[in-house]
Amino acid sequence: MMDYIVFLIPVFPLLGFLILGLGYRSIPKKLTSIVGPGTILLSFILTLIVFFNFHQFTNSPTHHLFPWISVGPLNIPFAFLIDPLSILMLLVVTGVGFVIHVYSVGYMKEDPGFNRFFAYMNLFVFSMLLLVMGANYPIMFIGWEGVGLCSYLLIGFWFKNQEYNNAAKKAFIMNRIGDLGFLLGMFLIFTTFGSMSFDQVFAQAKSMPVGSPVVVAITLLLFVGAVGKSAQIPLYTWLPDAMAGPTPVSALIHAATMVTAGVYMIARSNILYVLAPATMTVIGITGLATAIFAASIAIFQNDIKKILAYSTISQLGYMFVGLGAGAFTGAMFHLTTHAFFKALLFLGAGSVIHAMGGEQDIRNMGGLRSKLPKTYWTFLVGTIAIAGIPPLSGFFSKDEILLHLYEHSVVMWAIAVMGALMTAFYMFRLLYLAFFKNFRGTDEQLHHLHESPSVMTTPLMILALLAAVGGLINIPELFAGGSWLSSFLAPVFADGAAISLPPVPVSHSTEWMLIAVTLAGCIAMIYFAFHRFVKQDNGLQPDGTQRSGVVRLLSGKYFIDELYDLLISKPLLWLSRFLHEIVELRFIDRLVNGAGNIVVWTGNTLRYIQTGNVGFYMFIMILGIILILFFNILI
Amino acid sequence: MLTIILILLPLALSLITLTLKSEKAVRQYVLSGSVIEFGVAVAAFIQYKTSCHCNLLFTADWLSTLGVSLKFGMDGISLLMVMLTTFLVPVIILSSFSHSYSKPAVFYSLILLMEMALVGVFTAFDGLMFYIFWELTLIPAYFICAVWGGNDRIRITFKFFIYTFVGSLFMLVALICLYFKTPLPHSFDYHWLYSAVLTPAEQAWIFAAFFLAFAIKIPIFPFHTWQPDTYTTSPAPGSMLLAGIMLKMGIYGMIRWMVPVCHNAMQLYAPFIITLAVIGIVYASVIAIRQSDMKRLVAYSSIAHVGLIAAGVFVLNPYAMQGAVIQMVSHGINIVGLFIAIDMIEKRTGSRVISELGGIATKAPRLAVVFMIMMLGSIALPLTNGFIGEFLLLLGIFEYSKVFAAIAGLTIIFSAVYMLWMYQRTMLGKTNGITEEMTDITWTETVAFIPLVIMIFWIGLSPRLFLDVALPDVMTVLDYVRL
Repeated sequence: MMDYIVFLIPVFPLLGFLILGLGYRSIPKKLTSIVGPGTILLSFILTLIVFFNFHQFTNSPTHHLFPWISVGPLNIPFAFLIDPLSILMLLVVTGVGFVIHVYSVGYMKEDPGFNRFFAYMNLFVFSMLLLVMGANYPIMFIGWEGVGLCSYLLIGFWFKNQEYNNAAKKAFIMNRIGDLGFLLGMFLIFTTFGSMSFDQVFAQAKSMPVGSPVVVAITLLLFVGAVGKSAQIPLYTWLPDAMAGPTPVSALIHAATMVTAGVYMIARSNILYVLAPATMTVIGITGLATAIFAASIAIFQNDIKKILAYSTISQLGYMFVGLGAGAFTGAMFHLTTHAFFKALLFLGAGSVIHAMGGEQDIRNMGGLRSKLPKTYWTFLVGTIAIAGIPPLSGFFSKDEILLHLYEHSVVMWAIAVMGALMTAFYMFRLLYLAFFKNFRGTDEQLHHLHESPSVMTTPLMILALLAAVGGLINIPELFAGGSWLSSFLAPVFADGAAISLPPVPVSHSTEWMLIAVTLAGCIAMIYFAFHRFVKQDNGLQPDGTQRSGVVRLLSGKYFIDELYDLLISKPLLWLSRFLHEIVELRFIDRLVNGAGNIVVWTGNTLRYIQTGNVGFYMFIMILGIILILFFNILI
Repeated sequence: MLTIILILLPLALSLITLTLKSEKAVRQYVLSGSVIEFGVAVAAFIQYKTSCHCNLLFTADWLSTLGVSLKFGMDGISLLMVMLTTFLVPVIILSSFSHSYSKPAVFYSLILLMEMALVGVFTAFDGLMFYIFWELTLIPAYFICAVWGGNDRIRITFKFFIYTFVGSLFMLVALICLYFKTPLPHSFDYHWLYSAVLTPAEQAWIFAAFFLAFAIKIPIFPFHTWQPDTYTTSPAPGSMLLAGIMLKMGIYGMIRWMVPVCHNAMQLYAPFIITLAVIGIVYASVIAIRQSDMKRLVAYSSIAHVGLIAAGVFVLNPYAMQGAVIQMVSHGINIVGLFIAIDMIEKRTGSRVISELGGIATKAPRLAVVFMIMMLGSIALPLTNGFIGEFLLLLGIFEYSKVFAAIAGLTIIFSAVYMLWMYQRTMLGKTNGITEEMTDITWTETVAFIPLVIMIFWIGLSPRLFLDVALPDVMTVLDYVRL
């Protein structure tokens, strides 16, 4: 019975995909509106059943379905793992996923590809569930690549536009670069531990010495996979481009779920990571650099979705900083709250874009507060949450990561706080420019301006509620809370925690001080943004504006795309041409043809010797005898 | 008994086809005939699975004084290859019905003759028989390409014929040398050939001769230059037979002959050969990125994919060897699917040039879906057949050398680069003058894809049936290395 419940969780979205995919031409939109979100709702209900009875389900956490690949000692079963960590992810994926599916019914209503859209979305949820539930690395990898495929299909959903297709292809290829790292990491795990199942690998890893080179190699390779999937430096440039997809896709895949897969994978492998302090340092630095870097780009963007995309990269950076500092719970906590408030912000942005007739440039918005009240209020909640203002969810999760970071290194803490200040600034810049002052769009846009239907605003309100109170799941001791999430996840991280030496906890007074510093900075930033974008009017520069120095670098996104084009794409195409035209055609093929020609030439030449003249043959024979005798004398 | 039926049935069908006049009769006849042949293969498969290792042996004396006998049988590896052959031939025949080839009786007769020769190669348990059928495949292949091919077909087919023929002559020399080293009385029976006692030098020479024959056939870099031209010029069914089945003869030959006979030389020269194969993977992938002709792009991608299989054979461990066997089957299915899709595009638009196409998905959504599935199999997405093979191959290579595995693993990135590029430029985007009139594939044409799609997901989801059939014999072959 329990096995069936577990198996059915991913089966419903798969069924939804098959029904909608096979019947995408004939199924009426009404039915799709029920099937699409309905399958996710069923999965969510099953997840709730598992959650509320989780002691029964986690007694024997591994649920075997069937043997998948087996060759000699290599045995990879199709098996699912149900433990607190995967339950948390399941709740986020099916819960937020369901809300976004409902929203999509309204958002995609007019689109001719309505059925196709929901088929892909269901397939995505199915893949994501495999990723989360897999009891070994290969099953996780199925989901890992599966979500990459769905991301590809959904970014390029409007496939008549080749720009969008380029973005989709870029996302898939950059993910594949990471996937190669994941694959090699998996192989190294197998050659080291003789298994790829989580339970066996982690059980053996416990007895390994800290800092053993092979574990460092494994963790680094897996981290390469995480860098690709979770859009960290240097493989982050696909995520801003991925905004080409429909906005619900950005909310579900490129904010709430898929991009957090790297964080989940590292939290899942926490034992391996605490054994590799060198890798932890790499993760911390990468995450911190990404957090700052992406936040600084976001300040100068004008496309509402691009700002949110860079914000996502930056927030993912925070999660990695947390992982690097050993704050696995903190990272998972931030992952959860981020899923709430970032999904909310994207859906809110979608509502704005919907109302503006496809406009995404915040310079052409303004004054939407009165026109779209529900969108405005929910967006405001999301903005406050991400900015880290108490008592909304973002404050608690970010604070937990910052606190751990402070125990780890004061310098890293200071840099991370700078990132948090930037976050507050660019988010409120977005809010002020879009919703405050006067409308700056065309008259036609103004005429059509309307609040979204309730099928879209209800999800916004649900997510706003979650973004507001989501922090309650892990209120720290400082605020007289019970840290529920920490104790819930404790069994998963227990072995890792036993290995790593916990840093000396800071006193409560220090904690209060840290919070005060961060909070004061954030409020200052919000006021600064208010002053600049509401009081004054110098935040709006048209596209062609000449900029200099740092501003030019930032608004040009550090020209990383151009750099990659120059360093990788161009040389690769050049190499391809060189290999084909020079090496292949001029060299190898000529060599082969030459060998053939030599044979033909030899045949043609020797042909003349066969004259049929007996006298000539006699002459050659005697010449030969003389030569032989001559050589005999010489020797 | 079933083994000999599998060889004789296509031969008989092929001869009878020649007597038929109307195109319709020929089509119905060859299609039903090849389906029956597949049915026989399935029966053989069931018999093999149920009555453990009867080997389906057939023996008859032929030149007994020379130790040559008509000995045919199947082990697990042969069986999979025979299944692949008999499975793909009806699909290839069915897909060819959208064209109207001149002299249909001869054309389809040659395809069936080819099937007979291929089954002969995969079932021969006698060295000389193996060689005879090996050469026999070349004759129908030559005529199919030279008579029904495209531009410049005579020169290209001639090169293909001579190049591969020279290679196989080396194999003949190797087999004869081996024959004289067998214990008395000399015999071409493959067990006798396996037991030949060789000095290291002799082994090296025989290794080199075999390698040349097989490397040209597969083809392994740098012996591949006949391949892109030949695949591109051949009529679609010809390309499918060559790429889907015929090249597997080379890999099969390596497993069947080189590993047991030259096991010391295999280990000695493996680093060198794997280096070649791995260079080939990267080299062909990089070239594929810029190809303008869809068929030629797939041809180069095939060099990369089979390079990985060849590398897997030479690392000589169970994972990679199993991966090689399963990937031979998967590669055959995927490349035939890709060639069918390309053929359908070419038939409707008159073009295979990537830059001239675009927007086909709008006009032909069904074709877009099946093309996508073939592509996903080809880029080894998990839960498709390609993943099982490449996963095992790369795992096996990783055990042998981490560096080789890392470089060979680049194929998963490159294959995404060139395949997605081709898909994007032909299927996605807006329609243009050439693709404006494109129509979707008909239901009969869709039927040719359905078995391929089923197999892609069957192998991807549950490869055990196929892995288990091959495993005992893969271990037997590898035992020759360990001893």
